[in-house]
Amino acid sequence: MPLRFFANRLTDLVIVLFGVSLVVFLMIRLIPGDAVAIMLGANTEVTPDRIAELRGRLGLDQPLWTQYGTWIWGALQGNFGTSIWTGRPVAEEIAAHIWPTLELTLLSVLVGAGLSVPLGCFMAVARGKGSEVAVRVGAIAGLTIPSFWLGIVSIFAVSKLLPGFSALGYVPFTQDPLGNLQRMILPVIALSLPMLANLSRLVRSAMLDALGQDYIRTARAKGASKTRLVYKHALRNALIPFITSVGVSAGYLLGGAIVIEQVFAIPGLGRLVLGAIAERNYPLVQATILVMTSAFVIVNFLVDMLYVVIDPRVAKQ
Amino acid sequence: MMRFISSNKLLSFAIVFVTIQVLLAVFAPLVALHDPYAQVIVQRLKGPNGLNWLGTDQLGRDVLARILYGYQTSLLTCTIAVALALLAGGTLGMLAAYYGGWFDRIVMRVMDVLFAFPIMLLAIGVIAVLGPNAWSAALAIAIVYTPIFARLLRGPALVICQSEYVMGARAIGASDRRIIFMHLLPNLASVVLVQTSLLLSAAILVEASLSFLGLGAQPPIPSLGLMLSEGRNFLLLAPWPAVFAGLAILFLSFGFNLLGDALRDTLDPRLKGQA
Repeated sequence: MPLRFFANRLTDLVIVLFGVSLVVFLMIRLIPGDAVAIMLGANTEVTPDRIAELRGRLGLDQPLWTQYGTWIWGALQGNFGTSIWTGRPVAEEIAAHIWPTLELTLLSVLVGAGLSVPLGCFMAVARGKGSEVAVRVGAIAGLTIPSFWLGIVSIFAVSKLLPGFSALGYVPFTQDPLGNLQRMILPVIALSLPMLANLSRLVRSAMLDALGQDYIRTARAKGASKTRLVYKHALRNALIPFITSVGVSAGYLLGGAIVIEQVFAIPGLGRLVLGAIAERNYPLVQATILVMTSAFVIVNFLVDMLYVVIDPRVAKQ
Repeated sequence: MMRFISSNKLLSFAIVFVTIQVLLAVFAPLVALHDPYAQVIVQRLKGPNGLNWLGTDQLGRDVLARILYGYQTSLLTCTIAVALALLAGGTLGMLAAYYGGWFDRIVMRVMDVLFAFPIMLLAIGVIAVLGPNAWSAALAIAIVYTPIFARLLRGPALVICQSEYVMGARAIGASDRRIIFMHLLPNLASVVLVQTSLLLSAAILVEASLSFLGLGAQPPIPSLGLMLSEGRNFLLLAPWPAVFAGLAILFLSFGFNLLGDALRDTLDPRLKGQA
């Protein structure tokens, strides 16, 4: 990998992460009115003493740059302060909720991306007049079905058809592997459908593009079989734009997971952040958003790097 | 030729489909047979029947009336949000392309940072600051979509800025303002039209998700997302409110997506079939 390309991308990454942290940091300072009074008002009586005490505890009486410096320095070491109400370290709260979200997102990426390749190839090969419209309409439907509605309807359907099926909640994989996977089936289907629709459409057009190239004609002239043409020659080249899209889609999934967790009562980061908003636990809201966004940014950086390994031409542009 | 007609058929269908829904929303007070707020407790959780065509919810309110008014809430929130984002993001992207240099670099850097947030997460963050209500949801969606519009318009604007007719206009002494309004804007119109429709479709889903989470319109305002989250608690007893509210969201979002898709084919046949 060319060093200069890597260095440029790394600089971009650092700048974006810095910007993200600045936005998240300023969030709490942009709250109209006195954020501390609002925070206190959610749980206790507001008195000047309590306001001053909490303000001191959150460091809000310091100059802005000192506040940011202290906050980001702590965050880099995994110290996000303590939760206002429970007094537990914020990092501990996040760690306790991260696994369900991670599992849900990863499984959905695997299912969505994994199925979209054969589906997209099939759509590209079976290109015809009638099916063309069906494919388009189907893909748009997949993109516009509200995934949380799909989740709700599937819970209803399963409760009628398979009364013994546990569709709600979460058990750790280490505790009960089968129960864990069983509870993941419906959320993963609901969450991965929009991604599947989006990616299979992308694979289809990339495949059509690749199948029209000269090297395909050459391979065909040399007598390569149709399967070999599609899967060996065309697919490899079609996968290049696909990989970038998987990275971007992961971000949508992370956002969608927040809603899906609420539907299926999965105790992940989404539920954590929503609960934190309800009780106006701003440090927890900030930390969760920072962690999730940074993860997304870093994943996309890694995907970019992978892209260069697969297609060295990118770095030369 | 066959292609052109079939894509126009799709476009006509999309226009009719979207127009019907928009008209239903605008004229909801005339179309709805019931008051969306009127509670008839003895009639609660009824399935579809002659009096309440789509049944009633847990407070005995007419589901059809609440869906029609929910369309209003959803369309109003999303139209305001997308219009704000187009105005802010479109202007920034266009000016960045036109002036280039450090202005371009700074603007697009800021857009990169906003773009780095997963959509729902940034929207939730904005609402955490502003407090949950329909206006916050609109503003949150507007902020989330601003960098998307900026990026979408900067690219085509750059191409137009470097085209020969813009150089020609500049050579004969046209002012910046004249070039932007007479050359840049009209040539961006088709991109704007297509993307606005597609983003409106996505915005409808985001708005529904936000109100489903209790972060958008607050009860008792009729809202499709809210109907879903309320209906969820009575799903086994009466699935109708949740099912119909979900279908309404789907139709609305689907209509705008289809419209954008068909518009793209018609306005720019070169892009046909691209995802």
